[in-house]
Amino acid sequence: MNKYEVVIGLEIHLELKTRSKLFCSCSTTFGQEPNTNCCPVCLGLPGSLPVFNRRAIELAVTAALALNSKVQLRSRFDRKNYFYPDLPKAYQVSQYDQPLARGGFMEIESGESERIINLERVHLEEEAGKLVHAGNSIMGSAYSLVDYNRAGIPLLEIVTAPDIKSGQEARAFLEDLRSILLYSGASDCKMEEGSLRCDANISLRPQGSEKLGTKAEVKNMNSFRSVELALNYEAERQAEVLSAGGTITQETCHWDEEAKKTIPLRSKEGSSDYRYFPEPDLLPLVLEPAFIDNIYASLPELPAVRRKRLKEKYDLSAATAAQFTVNRALGDFFETAAQDYDRYNNLANWIQGDLQYQLRESGKEADDLDAKKLIELLELLDQGEINRPVAKELLTEMVNSGKSPKKLVKEKGLGRISGDEKLRPLVDQVISENPDAVENYLKGKDKALAFLVGKIMAMTKGRADPAELNKIIKERISNK
Amino acid sequence: MSIDFSKEVDYVARLARLKLKPEEKEIMAGQLSDILDTARKVQEIDTTGVEPTSHVIDLPTVLRDDETGSSLTLSRVLQNAPRRQQDYFKVPSITAKDNGINAGEEA
Repeated sequence: MNKYEVVIGLEIHLELKTRSKLFCSCSTTFGQEPNTNCCPVCLGLPGSLPVFNRRAIELAVTAALALNSKVQLRSRFDRKNYFYPDLPKAYQVSQYDQPLARGGFMEIESGESERIINLERVHLEEEAGKLVHAGNSIMGSAYSLVDYNRAGIPLLEIVTAPDIKSGQEARAFLEDLRSILLYSGASDCKMEEGSLRCDANISLRPQGSEKLGTKAEVKNMNSFRSVELALNYEAERQAEVLSAGGTITQETCHWDEEAKKTIPLRSKEGSSDYRYFPEPDLLPLVLEPAFIDNIYASLPELPAVRRKRLKEKYDLSAATAAQFTVNRALGDFFETAAQDYDRYNNLANWIQGDLQYQLRESGKEADDLDAKKLIELLELLDQGEINRPVAKELLTEMVNSGKSPKKLVKEKGLGRISGDEKLRPLVDQVISENPDAVENYLKGKDKALAFLVGKIMAMTKGRADPAELNKIIKERISNK
Repeated sequence: MSIDFSKEVDYVARLARLKLKPEEKEIMAGQLSDILDTARKVQEIDTTGVEPTSHVIDLPTVLRDDETGSSLTLSRVLQNAPRRQQDYFKVPSITAKDNGINAGEEA
């Protein structure tokens, strides 16, 4: 494997989050009854004419700008001709030599280092219909069923340069890309609903060589994890073929999720003659500079910038900053809370740990919570009014009932029991009731001490502080 | 011109999923030759400094608002379907071997 360098380029398709389709007013809602969101335009009936959806253009420009791609003032739409039953017109309206945006790049964190992945282009096209295969897979079914609800939904195609070096890196890229697109609001990026899909071109070349090897195209990767697995598998496969003196045939393969391997689907040879020509039903798309500038000005803070800012402003670890970026709501909650509380790492730990767990358990969102209440809780803990186990208990209550921790402490009598005066009688009681444990402790068994502490914690319903108890028990035993 | 265009005719016919008889191919090859001759004549014109025309109407693009409207009823949608099953269009398998060179392409 080490003899070869892996070269990967990705092609990402993304459904834009519009209400209506790209060229007609049919709904884009997912999961409707088959063939109910169709009209003469998206079915390609003769005489129908397409009219651009302004929102689709805005979202496409938004995504392009968020990816540092250069939006063209003038671009053009072409017909890509091929026969496939998911394509009612027998051509797809797409962009060929004058795409909406050219170039672009993304910074990704790959392992320890930062890497730049360049983009070739970003262009707009129409989505195809959906094929429902009889039988379990695309292979070997006798016929297919077609649902054209999806046909004509605005689709953004993002093509990377062959800059990606491994399955891991492809996955890291996709995760970051998804973050950016979610932040920019261009798409909901649901791989499980097919609103984000990824194909990959992968080839190997001897280390140090400049010339690209013969590539294979891998399709049907239904999660970021399967992208990583499929590309690593395909890289290994190609390395084996090349090492044995063989050659790679240019082909398209399907990732078989069950078998965890790539399966050649068909020979790619000769299939690229799409006979593109300018779409006569659409005028060239001409954008005013002000249109683009306005969108640029309204872009939200993007993930890479946010990650860096969180790291620097609050002195958070890279992993924490990344988590508060991927989980935007949780990060926003952290930032709101951090306005009133400056032990940032303590705050982050509570949010990432117990709070997130409780949110998951209760099915609530970070947006539902009042950051002030968490701060109240942490301050009670910092000031020693309550101990850690009680704090955790209160957090559960707080998330579920929305009650203020201070009120809960009063209501439930959860205030910490501390000080010699209060604890000594309890300690003495436990010592006299458990002579065996005391003896064992005196023989040097630390477990015996923990046992005694546990007894008192149970008596106080967790309201005492174990460290303080340790100290007092030791004192009382040695004073005997 | 006496260039043999039979190969080109075969190729284009395959792309267009057309089955041509030998005599049709011969006619087409002749016509293709004539068309290319005309195109060659057009190419002789000096177009230095002329922007390629992609559309003859010089108007700005029309954009519409992102609002949903009514779609066709299911019976109208499926009215022209050669075959249907439940509420779907039913089509031959797309992975059959003899589907030709563009078979199996997806957007």
